[in-house]
Amino acid sequence: MTGFLQNTFNGLVSGAFYALLALGLAVIFGMLRVVNFAHGAFYMLGAFGAYVLLAEAGVSFWWALLLMPIGLALFGMLLERAVVHRLGRLDPLYNFLFTFGLTLILQDVVKSRYGVQSSPYATPAELSGSVDLGLFDFPTYRVFILVFAVAVCALVWWLLSHTRVGVVVRAATERPELTRAFGIDVGRWVTPVFGFGVGLAGLAGVLAAPMRAVNPLMGADLIIVVFAVVVIGGLGSIFGSVAAGFGIGLVQSWGEAYAPPIVAQTLVFIVMAAVLLLRPAGLFGREESAA
Amino acid sequence: MRRSVGVAVASAAVLLAAGCGGGGPRSSGAEKLTDDKIVLGVLNDQSGAYSELSGKNSVKAVELAVADFKAKYGDKAVTGDINVVTADHQNKPDVANTRAAEMYDRKAVDAIFDVPTSSAAEKVADVAKEKRKPYFNITAATTTLTGAKCNRYTFHYAYDTYMLANGTGRNSTTQGARNWYMVYPNYQFGQDMEKSFSAAVQAAGGQVVGRDAAPFPNTSGDYSTYLLKAPTLQPRPDVLGTMQAGTELVNLVKQYNEFKLRDKGIGLAVGLMFLTDIHSLTPAALSGTVYTDAWYWNYDVQNRTFADRFQAETGTRPTFAHAANYSAATQYLEAVQATGTDDADAVVGDLEGKEIEDVFLRNGKIRAEDHRVVHDAYLAQVKPAAEVAEPWDYVKILKTIPAAEAFRAPSADCKM
Repeated sequence: MTGFLQNTFNGLVSGAFYALLALGLAVIFGMLRVVNFAHGAFYMLGAFGAYVLLAEAGVSFWWALLLMPIGLALFGMLLERAVVHRLGRLDPLYNFLFTFGLTLILQDVVKSRYGVQSSPYATPAELSGSVDLGLFDFPTYRVFILVFAVAVCALVWWLLSHTRVGVVVRAATERPELTRAFGIDVGRWVTPVFGFGVGLAGLAGVLAAPMRAVNPLMGADLIIVVFAVVVIGGLGSIFGSVAAGFGIGLVQSWGEAYAPPIVAQTLVFIVMAAVLLLRPAGLFGREESAA
Repeated sequence: MRRSVGVAVASAAVLLAAGCGGGGPRSSGAEKLTDDKIVLGVLNDQSGAYSELSGKNSVKAVELAVADFKAKYGDKAVTGDINVVTADHQNKPDVANTRAAEMYDRKAVDAIFDVPTSSAAEKVADVAKEKRKPYFNITAATTTLTGAKCNRYTFHYAYDTYMLANGTGRNSTTQGARNWYMVYPNYQFGQDMEKSFSAAVQAAGGQVVGRDAAPFPNTSGDYSTYLLKAPTLQPRPDVLGTMQAGTELVNLVKQYNEFKLRDKGIGLAVGLMFLTDIHSLTPAALSGTVYTDAWYWNYDVQNRTFADRFQAETGTRPTFAHAANYSAATQYLEAVQATGTDDADAVVGDLEGKEIEDVFLRNGKIRAEDHRVVHDAYLAQVKPAAEVAEPWDYVKILKTIPAAEAFRAPSADCKM
């Protein structure tokens, strides 16, 4: 029983990363109809940024947790204005290619400066112990990640449901043409939303630095699963992406513990295939009209 | 498609013809060389996962070997015209195959060096066999290079899965780690390592109380399932043996520390680790970890002298892969010098059975039976952070594993 709870807890921790990344992808896709292939690279930049800040400027984990998401959000907004926006009028393939190419460029820039070898990043001292959760001890840092990620998701949820910005974003996500028809200037919110999504990826990256290998390819490995998560949750569904994120984390963790390795390895994609067969729009997605 | 194949064949034919026409003996002092010059080809990963532990710095190591050879023989050298060419195989077997053929055929390469990634290394062994040109594999781990894939032109120089598993498994067990829990990545390398490792542990009187295959590639980057399971096993393991490599190893070790398994009395033994891995994890994260090393830069004065020169060139300390590339290139050139020709069969004949002492090979011998290059290996342990006196000096050598014990006996699978 204890073992099962521990695996569940770990699944939720992995799920927290998926949820944060999928959430960013979902809001960007919802508002811009852009599949942001560079999301993994922004996650990597978040983690690398934290490393560089610590190694070269002595900036602590806590400051990195604040500065990197903001910095990356600004970078994202700049990018949206400069390129993504302009390509938006063309075939979606252009933005697809742009974000994919950007991923390669960002990876190689980091690689050329810091190499492919993983860079060291220690857990902040305040979070390096373990917490007694009654039935078992659990590393403090993992508890922190879980609490923090849930808090961020809840905050986003609150913003979307209780603020005017949130209403516009939700409306524009679900019925973009109709929202415009009501005379709401959707375009004004596109840039901040893109920046916000990128910022979330950066946040996930900073959180990952103490427990994952920090190297230029760290995002490339993870993003494949995150795309599966987004598809399972339903493209553009904000709630779906978060729910699927935590869900896939659980499924993976249980799979590793209780399923044969060959199944555990492909479980995410088995789930994705099953969901697509039964509900082609994803668990929480809505079929889009042919228009 | 058909047309491009046709064009490729035609151009290859033209190039071959040109090569033959221009390749006759000339009036220089090197009549016995087929083309007046020697070209060494370094084929490896120059931007991916293995580019730091080998990569461009292995090219530098081979260049150092060339410079040393020229300095040693001067005018008496078989030729003054020795070049090093290089290509990136991106760890892909098909790319390795093409690049290797291109090196031998079009770049007049006399011998290929390095080639990490077992699947790519096996392809190049096939190419070497077909082209009848020497190939010194340094950085791949698979024992098939001296097993099913062995051939007259292929040499396996630095290490292999058997050496790693046997060295660490047997020696740690005899030094008191009786109960083992094995975690390995679920692909060829991991499975081979786990098998050899468990066999070595059992042969030394230990037991494997649990073994788990982790997904490969492990996209979630999470190993907590196994790390949580370790303390619950009965009997409780003394050591967690991990066969993960590179990034996966870094992930696993970070989380091993997170779950504080060392404090719970479960040590860590690593199947394959390079100096660069310790550098990226920091010695503090790995302190006490035991593994088998093929060579260590700060082992003695000879190694250190080489490491100082290497650092002056590259800004970093050499891994065993770098030192082994230097050694292999040196020994190849020595064989050419000794035989006075770059004829592959003559050079291979000179190398077979040769006993060698150099900066990398101690008690080294090139086995004629399977072309396994045997030499002393080292049981190494990562120092506690407080004992690290200078950058990159991360390990102490617990024991020298004699050449005769370090490698497996020639395999029946190898038919030269």
